[in-house]
Amino acid sequence: MSIRNFLLVACLGATLAACTDGAPWNSDDGDGSSNAVDLNRPGLIGDQSSPAYFQQAIGDRVLFAVDQSTLSPDAQAVLAAQASWLLDNPDYSVTIEGHADEQGTREYNLALGASRANEARDFLVSRGVSASRLRVVSYGKERPVEICSEESCYSQNRRAVTVLTGGLTG
Amino acid sequence: MKRVFAGILIGLAALVAPLVAVAQSGPLRIEITEGVIEPLPYAVPDFVGNGANASEIASQLSRVIAADLSGTGLFREIPASAHISKVTDFGAPVKYADWKAVNAQALITGSVSVSGSRLTVQFRVYDVFAGGELGTGLQFAGSTAGWRRMAHKVADAVYSRITGEGGYFDSRVVFVSETGPKNDRRKRLAIMDYDGANVQYLTDSSAIVLAPRFSPSGDRVLYTSYETGVPQVHVLDVGKVKKRILRADEEGMSFAPRFSPDGRKIVYSQTRGRNTDLYLMDIDGGSRKRLTSAPSIETAPSFSPDGRQIVFESDRSGSQQLYIMNAEGGEARRISFGQGRYGTPVWSPRGDLIAFTKQNKGRFHIGVMRVDGSEERLLTASFLDEGPTWSPNGRVIMFTRETQGTNGRALLYSVDISGRNLRPVRTPDGGSDPAWSPLQN
Repeated sequence: MSIRNFLLVACLGATLAACTDGAPWNSDDGDGSSNAVDLNRPGLIGDQSSPAYFQQAIGDRVLFAVDQSTLSPDAQAVLAAQASWLLDNPDYSVTIEGHADEQGTREYNLALGASRANEARDFLVSRGVSASRLRVVSYGKERPVEICSEESCYSQNRRAVTVLTGGLTG
Repeated sequence: MKRVFAGILIGLAALVAPLVAVAQSGPLRIEITEGVIEPLPYAVPDFVGNGANASEIASQLSRVIAADLSGTGLFREIPASAHISKVTDFGAPVKYADWKAVNAQALITGSVSVSGSRLTVQFRVYDVFAGGELGTGLQFAGSTAGWRRMAHKVADAVYSRITGEGGYFDSRVVFVSETGPKNDRRKRLAIMDYDGANVQYLTDSSAIVLAPRFSPSGDRVLYTSYETGVPQVHVLDVGKVKKRILRADEEGMSFAPRFSPDGRKIVYSQTRGRNTDLYLMDIDGGSRKRLTSAPSIETAPSFSPDGRQIVFESDRSGSQQLYIMNAEGGEARRISFGQGRYGTPVWSPRGDLIAFTKQNKGRFHIGVMRVDGSEERLLTASFLDEGPTWSPNGRVIMFTRETQGTNGRALLYSVDISGRNLRPVRTPDGGSDPAWSPLQN
């Protein structure tokens, strides 16, 4: 379980109101890119139009096999749900972050992360999400969420994360 | 007179054979064998100081010379405690018998004069067993603040006279300084002397920075920065710490830049959609040419020293491998055929070898191979070694080594191309992505 998910569960188990001020929503693992107002007030997971619902009930990320950027059936299901949510909530733009695990050279992992992010992006576009709402960025192996040097961590780091950038400004 | 040094000379000239042994059985007798090296014993008594504070500088300068020479693994210092002679007059005749008695095959003597802020260094190199001077005395002059550079210049001259090769001590390294845990790593561009002295920071840690590369004259640095939110190639003037983005209007990501040998062009990776390809661009941001068009990942390009060819990595075959093509693009020929994956190729400054990162069976290696892919040799093995860069004389490779686990951190290491003399390079914090400058003027 990632730290983020752990915090979410801890929050949901505690007072929901307290969570809206908490750090878990503020950013994923981005580099200061998640600065839109909506993410500071993620709302409640019970609210289907909230970022909280998108991140947790639908799932904001898909995982990849070693050295692959093809979308698994599971990943396609998550992205399909993301696409319909984005169609229902047209005010949001997104940045799709592509990541790799540490088992690779830096430049190659940057390219691999880009390939993963673009696979996710292309899938969302194929489900009707306007390309103008979607940005992609690769972090290669620069921003792991899990830090052990084992497959249990690597599998969580090989990911494409759909980060809501909120508002029509994105 | 030069026989005593001939062994090292031949050893260094041999590309594939590891360094030679200088095994002595009787004076001036040298045996050359593969696989073993006996470092050449030398003495560098403290240089003689003339003027206020000169003795202090002279002593420090001698220590830097010794650190340079012994740090190569090719030389072994006879410590001052073992010296019989004390050199108190740079002009006095050398007492060869005293240096023979402590088995110093080479002797370096010098003087340091300080006048105001001006420093003058004179030195001589002796072949003790031949009983004569090796080359002629030299003099360097400059400001006292630059005393370390003068020490490196003396050491380069000594190294060069004894090995017959160019030196590499008067050089700098640009790298990424790293602090913080793995999931909150802060990265800054930094520059330092090759031995870790005189660290300066060139950027703050507000944006991720990656893989800096020197221009051929050492005055500019290309690197990748997330300053705009996506990775883009930047160029920085080292002297002025002034930076600009190349092609800021460009869609998508650009990274893995490297200068052409004439300093006028850069080759780099550009990502469009899922595809990453190589491009060649004028450094002034003018014309741009696409060099590859395969639907695979093409990245980590590096020019041959004559500027005619580019070595790069591609996964067009299904896994990361090394390829060479003409600098104008076109057909590429694969040169890596061993087991595992190959990346980050870098052409040696001599033109004869390609250094690379190899990933095989869960381990990472720094290795070298000939330009045609033959005679692959792995120099290191660890959990994660990557990103080789060549010393100016093509004898030493510096690279990133990252340790395993939740507390893993990156540090700089260097290794001789024979695979010997693996050693950490001192940095204030963690370090990655080193790039070695050419020799300074």
